[in-house]
Amino acid sequence: MDLSSHYLGLELKNPIIASASPLSETLSGIKLLEDSGAGAIVMFSLFEEQIRRENEAFDFLLDSGTESFAESLSYFPSIDRAPKGPEQYLNLIGKAVAATDIPIIGSLNGITNTGWIDYAKQIQEAGAHALELNIYFIPTAIEMLATEVEQRYFDILKAVKDSVSIPVAIKLSPFFSAIGNMVKRLDEAGVDGVVLFNRFYQPDFDLNLLQVDPHASLSSPEEIRLPLLWIAVLYGRIKASLAASRGVDSATEVVKYLLAGADVVMVASVLMKKGPQHLKILLADLEQWLTARDYSSLTEVRGVMSRHNAANPGAYERVNYIKVLESFDSTLAERG
Amino acid sequence: MSESQIVTVDGNEAVAYVAYRINEVCAIYPITPSSAMAEWADQWATEGVNNIWGNIPAIMEMQSEGGAAGAVHGALQTGALTTTFTASQGLLLMLPNMYKIAGELTATVFHVAARSLAAQGLSIFGDHGDVMAVRDTGFALLGSSSVQEAHDMALIAQAATLAARVPFLHFFDGFRTSHEVNKIELLSDAQIRAMIDNDNVRAHRERGLSPDHPFIRGTAQNPDVYFQARETVNPFYERTPAIVQQTMDSFAEITGRHYRLFEYTGAQDAEKVIVIMASATETVKQTVLALLQQGEKVGVVHVRLYLPFAQAAFLDALPASARAVAVLDRCKSPGATGEPLLHDVVMTLSEAFSDGRRGSLPKITGGRYGLSSKEFTPAMVKGIFDELGRVRPKQRFTIGIQDDVSNTSLAYDPGFSIEPDNVIAALFYGLGADGTVGANKNTIKIIGELPGFYAQGYFVYDSKKSGSQTVSHLRFGSEPIHAPYLVQKAQFIGCHQFNFLFKTDILAQAAKASVFLLNSPYSADEVWARLPRYVQERIIEKRLSFYVIDAASVARDTGMGGRVNTILQTCFFALSGVLPKAQAIAKIKAAIKKTYSKKGEEIVLKNYAAVDQTLAHLYQVKVPLQASGTVTMPPIVPAQAPAFVQEVTARMMAGQGDELAVSQLPVDGTYPSGTTAWEKRNVSEFVPEWKPELCIQCGNCSYVCPHSVIRARFYHQSALDTAPAAFKSAPISARGFPETRYTLQIYLEDCTGCNLCVTVCPALSLKQSGVKAINMKAREPLMATEKENIAFFETLPVNDRARVDFSSVRGAQFLEPLFEFSGACAGCGETPYIKLVSQLFGDRLIVANATGCSSIYGGNLPTTPWTKNQQGRGPAWSNSLFEDNAEFGLGFRLTADKHRALAMQLAREFEPELGADFIAQMLTAPQKTEVQILRQRERVAELKALLLQLDSESARDLLSVADHLVRRSIWLIGGDGWAYDIGSGGLDHILASGRDVNVLVLDTEVYSNTGGQMSKATPLGAVAKFAAGGKSVAKKDIALQAISYGNVYVARVAMGANPQQTLLALREAEAYPGPSLILAYSHCIAHGIPMQNGLKQQDLASASGYWPLIRYNPMLRQSDKNPFVLDSPRPRIAFKDYAYNELRYKMLQRTHPDEAGHLMDLAQQVVKQKWDVYEHMATWTGSHFHPDAAVTFTE
Repeated sequence: MDLSSHYLGLELKNPIIASASPLSETLSGIKLLEDSGAGAIVMFSLFEEQIRRENEAFDFLLDSGTESFAESLSYFPSIDRAPKGPEQYLNLIGKAVAATDIPIIGSLNGITNTGWIDYAKQIQEAGAHALELNIYFIPTAIEMLATEVEQRYFDILKAVKDSVSIPVAIKLSPFFSAIGNMVKRLDEAGVDGVVLFNRFYQPDFDLNLLQVDPHASLSSPEEIRLPLLWIAVLYGRIKASLAASRGVDSATEVVKYLLAGADVVMVASVLMKKGPQHLKILLADLEQWLTARDYSSLTEVRGVMSRHNAANPGAYERVNYIKVLESFDSTLAERG
Repeated sequence: MSESQIVTVDGNEAVAYVAYRINEVCAIYPITPSSAMAEWADQWATEGVNNIWGNIPAIMEMQSEGGAAGAVHGALQTGALTTTFTASQGLLLMLPNMYKIAGELTATVFHVAARSLAAQGLSIFGDHGDVMAVRDTGFALLGSSSVQEAHDMALIAQAATLAARVPFLHFFDGFRTSHEVNKIELLSDAQIRAMIDNDNVRAHRERGLSPDHPFIRGTAQNPDVYFQARETVNPFYERTPAIVQQTMDSFAEITGRHYRLFEYTGAQDAEKVIVIMASATETVKQTVLALLQQGEKVGVVHVRLYLPFAQAAFLDALPASARAVAVLDRCKSPGATGEPLLHDVVMTLSEAFSDGRRGSLPKITGGRYGLSSKEFTPAMVKGIFDELGRVRPKQRFTIGIQDDVSNTSLAYDPGFSIEPDNVIAALFYGLGADGTVGANKNTIKIIGELPGFYAQGYFVYDSKKSGSQTVSHLRFGSEPIHAPYLVQKAQFIGCHQFNFLFKTDILAQAAKASVFLLNSPYSADEVWARLPRYVQERIIEKRLSFYVIDAASVARDTGMGGRVNTILQTCFFALSGVLPKAQAIAKIKAAIKKTYSKKGEEIVLKNYAAVDQTLAHLYQVKVPLQASGTVTMPPIVPAQAPAFVQEVTARMMAGQGDELAVSQLPVDGTYPSGTTAWEKRNVSEFVPEWKPELCIQCGNCSYVCPHSVIRARFYHQSALDTAPAAFKSAPISARGFPETRYTLQIYLEDCTGCNLCVTVCPALSLKQSGVKAINMKAREPLMATEKENIAFFETLPVNDRARVDFSSVRGAQFLEPLFEFSGACAGCGETPYIKLVSQLFGDRLIVANATGCSSIYGGNLPTTPWTKNQQGRGPAWSNSLFEDNAEFGLGFRLTADKHRALAMQLAREFEPELGADFIAQMLTAPQKTEVQILRQRERVAELKALLLQLDSESARDLLSVADHLVRRSIWLIGGDGWAYDIGSGGLDHILASGRDVNVLVLDTEVYSNTGGQMSKATPLGAVAKFAAGGKSVAKKDIALQAISYGNVYVARVAMGANPQQTLLALREAEAYPGPSLILAYSHCIAHGIPMQNGLKQQDLASASGYWPLIRYNPMLRQSDKNPFVLDSPRPRIAFKDYAYNELRYKMLQRTHPDEAGHLMDLAQQVVKQKWDVYEHMATWTGSHFHPDAAVTFTE
């Protein structure tokens, strides 16, 4: 079965990409992902804010209590105070590129213009085959206009595209009034791919402590609905690659995403739960599904159920919407 | 002569630089103020810096100075170039080896930052008590007077010892030289190399032990030859002075810096001469030069090589015209006819006179000065010369104090000053860790490294570890600065904390028409009215130019967060006139670029903006012609404080301790308990506020409060009839207490704002997220009402101990803490344990406290935290030394047992008079519970009352020991440095003694008090000083060691993991009639954690299995139960999930990432293996544990 796919202009042996997760934090983890069959690997994210905060915390803790008491003017051996940059991250990218035969995609989460540009360049120099921008912005200032929020994305994309030559993807949140138009304009601005969607920061509440619990949970198959819809809507209407992200638990979700029109499918949560070797099962099941239906390559499958290919594109969204409601009601009825 | 590199360093670094470069082995142990020398050596070794032999010296931290001296001796005897660094008690521990090293004519240099010895009290500060204690060892004594000289003499001593074979002790004044920052010419490796004779080095090696040419050294000798053999070394000592002078001459050829064994400065026809050593020499020299200008015939002999005392060279140096000579010693020899240098000078001059080499004998007087870094100023020097001008000068005198007991002190005019006009002196008042000292050190470097400029810095810290005041003394000038004394008159005064104006006379040292910079939250228009009246008066009287800056708001507006150091530094550069303003600002910007460019352009620009905005917001205050202020300085202590506190303690608190007369101080180091209660420090702007309506009265906050600031009482509701309107209370939540109210009172003026109480509070508001029953609030608005509330709270009766449930955390909150308001760090992890011991056993407690953090916050003057209850009972506390605390505490037990036995013996003699039943009951009554102890106290009180009526010798005898009939609780408290390292042998011995002592080890896993050096308690993988590359050996398990005795009660506790288990363990240990050992996890600022997370880290340490909570109670063996109880559940998190919350582990990830990963893996394995051992032990039956080591009852 020919599973080969294209993403951001890169050749992939299959469409399943291990997306950013702690599994890519070590070289052995990266190798294990490759050995398990990953078509490509998106490295865990380089967080500019985290680097900055760690440096601040480092300085703060090194200085705490110093120059206060004559016997203990400091508490640690003096070290080079130069702030720690992304060296370890870049180093790992270099090693990963050398040690694997699959595309290695850097992932960057910046907070300043300098951060976006400098780190993007360094990731390219480290040898990454492509770069994914993970724009992580919550416009809690309610005075901020939607257009201003959107402009940030375009500014960042332009700054990064101007400074690197490797392909650049943006991982988006679904929370835009006109997500389709947003993707279209990013496409026009030169983005090489969009990843739909990121698992946006959605805090939970801890009822025992009555506190906000910022910890992320792993994704579940129910979450594929939103990306599935938008990939189906966007397929065939933009130049940029489409990557599906969220909710992949089994080959079923992979197939659904491919049918909607995704070029590639990102997986992380299931690998965290079941281990990187689960990639083998996903690929085998995918192949089995295709074989059982006499497909010979992914090209035949991709976008089959997209809006672009639907017989009645105008009715696509509405019908689906109604169906969702009905099914939801019937679930309630069953429980009641 | 090659061109020298100019650097700005302190004395310790200057000395260590040379010692490191010449030696192959450094055996070290931390002790203030010498620790930094060893730290530098370790640092350079970690960084891979080579010595002049092209290799990295072996740096070995030992378990004590005794151990370091032993290792030095061994390395020397096998031919390595070896050194060590030490001070004070550390040097005393080296004495036995020093006799051996000298007796074997072994070349070495010990570098000593001279420090006082502990006598009536410990002092970390400088004098020559330690150095003079080694006079008989056979070491040569070479003293340095400045940072440059200390750098140079380190090399001269090393070159000379190799040539002479006599070992050298090179000393310089602790703090005054070791910590003074000054500009020096650095010796190049080539210069150092040129001074060391290779033949001498090879000869040193050749003398080492070797199986290839064997001999024995270190024989035992008998009366027939020991004496003669002792005399064989004389020629070596006779040759040494000439060798030193030759070495100094060679040094001069290489460097251009000339030194003499004895150096005379002054008039050639001087009549009055002072003889002196070390840093004070510079003060005398400068004063002599000033007095010469006034036509005085004075001079000074600077003694560099004290021993061997070169008599001829001394006589050459001292002008024959001298009529009166004052020999000054910085030490005291009680009972002797004089101090050491005086003896040598008298001997030399009298011999010269008697054999005709001198035609006359001057009047010779001996004086003591500068003990424990007591200031020694030009005014005092002038006073001494004035005394020498009298017909009958005092033969023995002191200077710098007022001795109204023995009348030794000389009077002098403190107004006499020789500060030259071309020097700008500046004083800065800051808060510990607020960046003031760091910024000033930076300023000295910036200015000092400009050609044609010289700079000096010296920093004074107060006695508390939290909220302490720092005073920076800086001088700048166009000539090298030789002024080893505090700034007397400042042209610039910077007060970086507004509230200091209400605590200290900030402007006392302000020179006329000088500049006063105040960091003020009030504007230039508003500030005047806010000043205390005395400040206004000083500003007017001294015609000060007065400027204000609101540094906090400039920092906030320029994105600097809370960092105000650059802002205040900019003010100094702009106002001080050290450099022209434009040049000064350019320099500070250049320094910013150098410091921050690695952090990115953004940070540089932010700092530039801070500089520019500082200049825009720095305002001169228009000073009125007359003071109008109504604000006054509050009294230091309240009027109801006892007389001693008013007259003595308060003076020390106000920074006027120097003015106390000898007669005002106790003769034997005995001070009253509980003086911290009189010192309201108000160090935290934020303090907890209690919400009674939310509180569940669990007692957690009060339990963990390191400063005993949170107090709980319950009382009958009628007591509230007279309460202030704002007094808070709630119905008590316990059953069986009708009409009873509960109050949690915050002593807000004593709070350090650590936040631990809020962290542990489990009671949450259901109406507002994040609000608890205790929350941090701004202190100022609460002050008035809470002070009134505290006053009322103190009128409520202390809860009856017999009615309190000792077995629960909830109950323990009602026990009065007899350890309160210490100067420990905010959020200290040690003091909650100590406080708990004081609550549980305080009224019958004697504490032996090892030197370290706990002896400092427990016993550092002016105010001390151990206090007493309303009956006048409370912990009796003492500190002997660092190394002997276990033995010291065992001594307490021996006395207690002896005197109890004596009391019982004497009591039995009174059976006929007082009744056999009464006596028998008293001697046999159980004393386990609080009620039983209370009953026994009543019996003893009755006994004493009866004995008072019997006017007999034996009644008086029994009275003198009757108190021992109430069981005493003896606790030996110290840190891991004591228990794991220096005191390990003694601790082991007392645990094996079977005696009833309780050992509390406050385990911070590092030498906290001396600034974070590795101990054997430091965990695998953690970074510490002397383990900059991460500790590679796992922590010693002294719990298992102690358990192996079978009859030692052992517990490992962590209050943050299980407070109830901590409480249980302390009570079991105390009740156990044999030795007990409690290992208490004590989070520490040296772990690199935000201190409010301390208890959380304790919990994680336990959850990871790294710190398993255990109790081994030998009592259980009596019923054949397993005495070993594992109180922790199985590990539920990985070790790294605990460890990587702490900088001590995280740091290695940054500096040595691969090694960090490796050590972390090993550490996890150790955790697992240890856990398995414990878990296995927990399944044993009682008979598995030493059947022959049954519980020993010592009665």
